Amino acid sequence: MTTRIDTRFAELKKEGRAAFVTYVMAGDPDVTTSLEIVKALPKAGADIIELGIPFTDPMADGPSIQAAGLRALKAGMTLKKTLALVRDFRKEDNVTPLVLMGYYNPIYIYGVDKFLADARTSGVDGLIIVDLPPEEDDELCIPALKAGLNFIRLATPTTDDKRLPAVLANTSGFVYYVSIAGITGAAAADANVVGEAVARIKRHTKLPICVGFGIRTPEAARAIAEKADGSVVGTALVDALKNSLDAEGRATAKTVNAVAELTAALAQGVRGAQQAAE
Amino acid sequence: MNIAKPNSYRSGPDERGHFGIFGGRFVAETLMPLILDLEKAYTEAKADPAFQAEMNGYLKNYVGRPSPLYFAERLTSHLGGAKIYLKREELNHTGSHKVNNVLGQIMLARRMGKKRIIAETGAGQHGVATATLCARFGLECVVYMGAVDVERQQPNVIRMEMLGATVVPVQSGTRTLKDAMNEALRDWVTNVHNTFYCIGTVAGPHPYPTLVRDFQSIIGNETKAQMQEIEGRLPDSLVACIGGGSNAMGLFHPFLDDPSVEIFGVEAAGHGLTQLHAASIAGGRPGVLHGNRTYLLMDADGQIQDAHSISAGLDYPGIGPEHSWLHEIGRVNYLSATDDEALAAFQLLSKLEGIIPALEPAHAIAKVMELAPERPKDHLMVVNLSGRGDKDVPQVGDILRGKSK
Repeated sequence: MTTRIDTRFAELKKEGRAAFVTYVMAGDPDVTTSLEIVKALPKAGADIIELGIPFTDPMADGPSIQAAGLRALKAGMTLKKTLALVRDFRKEDNVTPLVLMGYYNPIYIYGVDKFLADARTSGVDGLIIVDLPPEEDDELCIPALKAGLNFIRLATPTTDDKRLPAVLANTSGFVYYVSIAGITGAAAADANVVGEAVARIKRHTKLPICVGFGIRTPEAARAIAEKADGSVVGTALVDALKNSLDAEGRATAKTVNAVAELTAALAQGVRGAQQAAE
Repeated sequence: MNIAKPNSYRSGPDERGHFGIFGGRFVAETLMPLILDLEKAYTEAKADPAFQAEMNGYLKNYVGRPSPLYFAERLTSHLGGAKIYLKREELNHTGSHKVNNVLGQIMLARRMGKKRIIAETGAGQHGVATATLCARFGLECVVYMGAVDVERQQPNVIRMEMLGATVVPVQSGTRTLKDAMNEALRDWVTNVHNTFYCIGTVAGPHPYPTLVRDFQSIIGNETKAQMQEIEGRLPDSLVACIGGGSNAMGLFHPFLDDPSVEIFGVEAAGHGLTQLHAASIAGGRPGVLHGNRTYLLMDADGQIQDAHSISAGLDYPGIGPEHSWLHEIGRVNYLSATDDEALAAFQLLSKLEGIIPALEPAHAIAKVMELAPERPKDHLMVVNLSGRGDKDVPQVGDILRGKSK
């Protein structure tokens, strides 16, 4: 089974460059603006979209993404509406891979089987669920694979060689390497250290490895793209969005562009890595 | 609900940390290796007589155990039914049952070579116990406490700071216990290499619910022996308050396989079960939060709802997973008491027995006021007096003065 994610990485391999992966929160700052932002991302150079599912208690996220989730919830975002947003996005873009990222409880409450069926028909390609380690694979990972979705696992600096095979066993699409032990938006990791970690994981898998957490600038995105198969940027985009809001936290005429402009600059950085590598 | 009864109610969890469908290890990958290490360290410590001996020494001479099982004569005659005994956990060093668990975890942390301890706290009792043992063993201590709780539990904040701990007021979310736990988990993910997370209740990822239960089971084990000595038999019923449920689990667990013992857990009904409350079993359903599957208060979308209780220690939208299981198989009866009922019980116990209880066990006393009169005079009822009320005196004083005006 080939997903949009597999297809995209095959194309990028031909192009000889790394992927630029963007993260935004579904429903931030409101449902309509959020859809416009998601639509703008591929046009600005995003190769893969991670779309956050808002949750009240995001234990692995820093203040920026916590606040984004609360803005979305305040605007009435739900998991059901998140899937509707994906459906609307798919009406005009049927190639850009889209991965939902979040925590397990909203999915568990929605109902795993119903969620997987609805996610698939909505055009979701993969899932990144922070609080489902391989020890809980029966919950969602195995059912997701059976339903034809990629289940993208996080590997971290604490995942040693002994543990890596278990972490990679049911992973598909790509591996998300969390560059630091920490929460989203924390300090960046050194690109050389990341390079060593990526090389270590490559000894265990043929899957592409994307690196995230702590990448904020085109320069950092480029440095990571020289060491890995993809650079993931989330908090910096969420911050750009937040800085464009009015005093009451509502979208302004600048909001969609603020995210699109930073996306374009970061995409330039990642594409620059290709030239550096050649 | 028709669920097959197990041969023993005390054999859980399974090797993956499940009590029926509850429990588990729902944490970020960064934490998984450490959680597996902790499980290994705990298994080894349990089998090590030197670990047990050292812990028993501190329990006796530092904590002041065993805590008395006290016949509450005036409360008994006032209520006119069951003979009421108070398990005096409020007499422990630091003023609550929390120290039993913290001592065990700090000894584990030392065994694992961790020098930095973090904890979450609601009422501040777990934070104070953690700050105390960190002072005793020369460890760095950081306590996360919701900003709302920092406000209403000032005496405990000052105590923690005097003991050398750093208290971090948590401003995110609802600024109470659940947010303190989120923030502690974020710290742990960031500092996983040198930090031990000392969880204060029978919740969180496996093996925490089990090891906290085991360290707290000294409450029930002592009660069993003391009741045998005083009355020559088992008690007929047990009553304890429940936030996460560690004092209750500690009292209940040694009695789960004694079918003659009726067991009552008391959740916080806040303003009432149709309004804001913290009764996860009465008003919630199974979901996944803070590393385990358990009963949670949440909306139709799976978003966690605000809990409310007058008692900061019960102000949590979840409950330990083993309690969820004991509820589903029907071994423990879960009741709830409102803020007003707890306040009335707080005053009654103070005036009749000269014991000012914490607002948390005042919820248990509130249900004793209903249960005891319905039972015969030879019925032996044990209530876990899990903490003393000094920390609540300013808050309750304000409420009572406000009411009398």
